[in-house]
Amino acid sequence: MAEALPIITPDSGARAGLPLLRIEAVAKRFGGFTAVDGLSLDIKAGEFFALLGPSGCGKTTLLRMLAGFETPDEGRILLGGEDIAPMLPHQRPVNMMFQNYALFPHLTVRDNIAFGLKRAGLPRREIKVRVAEMLALVRLEGLEKRRPDQLSGGQRQRVALARALARRPQVLLLDEPLAALDKKLRENTQRELLELQRRLGLTFIVVTHDQEEAMTLADRIGVMNAGKLEQVATPRHLYEQPASRWVAEFVGDVNILEGHIESRDDGRLTVAVPGAGTVVVTAPREATDSTNVCVAIRPEKIRLSRRAPAADAGAMNRLDGAVTDVGYLGGASVYTVTLDSGAVLRASLANTARLDVDAFATGQRVVVWFAPDDCIVLER
Amino acid sequence: MSARRIFTRPARIAAIAPYLWMALFFLVPFAFVLKISLSQTAIAQPPYLPVFDIALGWQALKAAFAALSFDNFRLLASDNLYIFSGLRSLTVAAVATTILLLIGYPIAYAMARLPQRWQAVAMTLVIVPFWTSFLIRVYAWINILQHDGLLNKILLALHIVSTPVVWLSTDSAMYLGIVYSYLPFMILPLYATLAKIDPALLEAAADLGSSPLKSFWLITVPLSLPGVGAGVLLCFIPIVGEFVIPDLLAGSDALMIGQTLWLEFFTNRDWPVASATAVLLLVILLLPLLIYDRFQRRQMGRS
Repeated sequence: MAEALPIITPDSGARAGLPLLRIEAVAKRFGGFTAVDGLSLDIKAGEFFALLGPSGCGKTTLLRMLAGFETPDEGRILLGGEDIAPMLPHQRPVNMMFQNYALFPHLTVRDNIAFGLKRAGLPRREIKVRVAEMLALVRLEGLEKRRPDQLSGGQRQRVALARALARRPQVLLLDEPLAALDKKLRENTQRELLELQRRLGLTFIVVTHDQEEAMTLADRIGVMNAGKLEQVATPRHLYEQPASRWVAEFVGDVNILEGHIESRDDGRLTVAVPGAGTVVVTAPREATDSTNVCVAIRPEKIRLSRRAPAADAGAMNRLDGAVTDVGYLGGASVYTVTLDSGAVLRASLANTARLDVDAFATGQRVVVWFAPDDCIVLER
Repeated sequence: MSARRIFTRPARIAAIAPYLWMALFFLVPFAFVLKISLSQTAIAQPPYLPVFDIALGWQALKAAFAALSFDNFRLLASDNLYIFSGLRSLTVAAVATTILLLIGYPIAYAMARLPQRWQAVAMTLVIVPFWTSFLIRVYAWINILQHDGLLNKILLALHIVSTPVVWLSTDSAMYLGIVYSYLPFMILPLYATLAKIDPALLEAAADLGSSPLKSFWLITVPLSLPGVGAGVLLCFIPIVGEFVIPDLLAGSDALMIGQTLWLEFFTNRDWPVASATAVLLLVILLLPLLIYDRFQRRQMGRS
């Protein structure tokens, strides 16, 4: 786990007790392929945790091990202190919302939601009350007699959610819960999901390949790559202080300048970057031993102007170049700038005025400037 | 979107083709059979009366129409032979179809759970018997089941029995033959529906606290019902009219309706009664089809 940064609000309060879910050195192999590679992770009660990673990184396998559909080859999965790894799926106090919902096509909405309650042997009256409660929770009243194929995608998603929540699981697992919805609906559903989780105070673990979704939903995000956790952090921490070049490039857009450290003084590093000249950056907390580093700058941290800014030359990196491409995205534009020394940078500028006469056109000579604080120094 | 807009003119003409085929090769022959079933037997060529002949003029045609009667159907209703053979056919078909379902379902289920490439192998194994003529396969069973056949030889060699058992010309032999011959027709539709069931549904059921046995009963069985319906129909209907297997493997004390029909047609040369039997058989078989159709409509209504 990465170190706490001053910009992050510390979540120390919940640190006191044991975590609700503890994953201990869990490994899973399929034939010669290692899907999950000795992974450890703690998840607190009431937390909204997202597992983010490219496809094939092992995040779904990890989720399936939590649900009980796969058995770990090594390690333990402790839920409230009890090892649930040897338990069969139908014996576990966790429920899962499946990627394509896996609603029972031959059962009505009501019977889908009641399915888990009936298996738990709840009395009929209690089941009726709980189903009504769930229908109200996901706002599906009046649709209880429909079958899944008579519902829209959004309604199906909510039935799946209600069905998984009906048993009041200690942990709810969500496998790409919003992937099947279109963009507009997805944004609304994200908000609903978040509100629901806060209201019920449940622990949610969501698997997603969509970083925006992970950022919007999660308290903490675990970024997975090749069966391992690259970094576990809050969304902000992940974006502003990525632990590795891989994370920096996977989460969001980033400019990477490879170079070597020329000098260190007064909390500043001077990095010589072939193709860009020298860049002054704020030294990271832990001193890097290697002199070969890369400097990462998010496109929205870079500013462009026609003339050099008035700021003190030592306080700001300034590089000269020309705009070679403009990508208009509505709220912002992405400018590709080729520096005179050869390197290419992308800068994202908000389109704050409707009739922006100041916008930079292709071919425009510009000064690229960014603060040393906005640079992240990473190992190559 | 209306059907009009989807179908272009050539497409609409093409859509008529199956109806034309049905009319030409089913409806017209059926009209002939129906007409013969309403005629009287006669020692003539063809062996029934009246014969429609347009060349004899309108009056003769009218007289011929007047000569048609339901006498043959009355005979079918009054003679126990026909009622019994009809009932026997239905009983044999019901029992055999039940056995087929009980054997076919586990096989289809096992096939659907095999790894993908083994499923193709299993499928081939189910279809392989079709490469040999049906008649030859039934004759092979005679060889196996006869007094000094393979089965008795094995049983004797293993000292399970001390004297040869009579297998041939029993109902057991007939059921064996029917189940053996019709098993692929039960397995294939069952396999098709079982293989289509999303494995995630069973995982979801397990996730919601359902044991594997319960999941099978609550998820797999209901979702495989269309396959059960198709398999049952594909077996039940032809078994009702089955002639070869009971004739070769069963005893001669009780006849199935197909055998009765054959007797009337070839031995008694009573074409009108044979035709009436055929019409009756068709009516009996329409019943399960209508039930299945209703069932399918209900399924469609859901979606």
